[in-house]
Amino acid sequence: MAQTVTGKKARPLSPHLQIWRWGPAMFTSIMHRVSGNGLAVVGLGALLCWLGTLAAGPEAYAKYAAFAVTPIGRIVFVGISWAYFNHLCSGLRHFLLDIGGGFEVKSNNIWSIFTHVIAILLTVAFWAVLLSR
Amino acid sequence: MGNGTSLGRVRGLGSSHSGAHHWLLQRVTAVGNLVLTAWFAVSLLLMPNFSYITLHDWIVSPVSAVGLSLLIISVLWHVQLGMRVLIEDYVHEAGVKFAALTALTLVVCGAGFYGVFTIARLALGAA
Repeated sequence: MAQTVTGKKARPLSPHLQIWRWGPAMFTSIMHRVSGNGLAVVGLGALLCWLGTLAAGPEAYAKYAAFAVTPIGRIVFVGISWAYFNHLCSGLRHFLLDIGGGFEVKSNNIWSIFTHVIAILLTVAFWAVLLSR
Repeated sequence: MGNGTSLGRVRGLGSSHSGAHHWLLQRVTAVGNLVLTAWFAVSLLLMPNFSYITLHDWIVSPVSAVGLSLLIISVLWHVQLGMRVLIEDYVHEAGVKFAALTALTLVVCGAGFYGVFTIARLALGAA
């Protein structure tokens, strides 16, 4: 099976992280999984801690709010917001693929790259609005 | 549809029973997440500050309390479906896989009840 490597460029024989030739769609797929699972662990952890400290009272919440504005806290929350927008944008791309759109090589590559560009722009816009209040 | 080999007879007919169930639920919860998290993100941006008083007053309103509870349920359901696929793809030993999938479901249920309980506690005036 798959012994005919006669073209100019050898085609990938088996789907695996180390064997695939890198491309926009593959990168987007991996980042969808990374951002989704990152959100599931860190994002949900932050959300549940937020609710837990609010339910525990003002003193507990003050500690949470103080951590959020430390440099490490900022990195965590910017990371969560980026992961959210990344997963949102590549998720919307999945809806497009689900209805059969965006499978042409050119449009597939363009929308794969746009997914990441739009996610970064939305993250920047979100923090710009948040910090300018 | 062919009528030669077994594969030829079933090809193109879709799954026989509930093969698309996981896929469909992932899409349904994704739409739920899209609406609820967008509402939550906009709500955060519209708040004048993130003081305890501001957040408390926001969460205790029925619309916020119900919206946040639905968000917790929709997101955690989606998490269970998504992380299940991750485990199925990368954990190959049957016993470890079973343990990981069981742990995932229990942790997700625990997290969901915790989240909804904290919201109920705030909204019903116990905190």
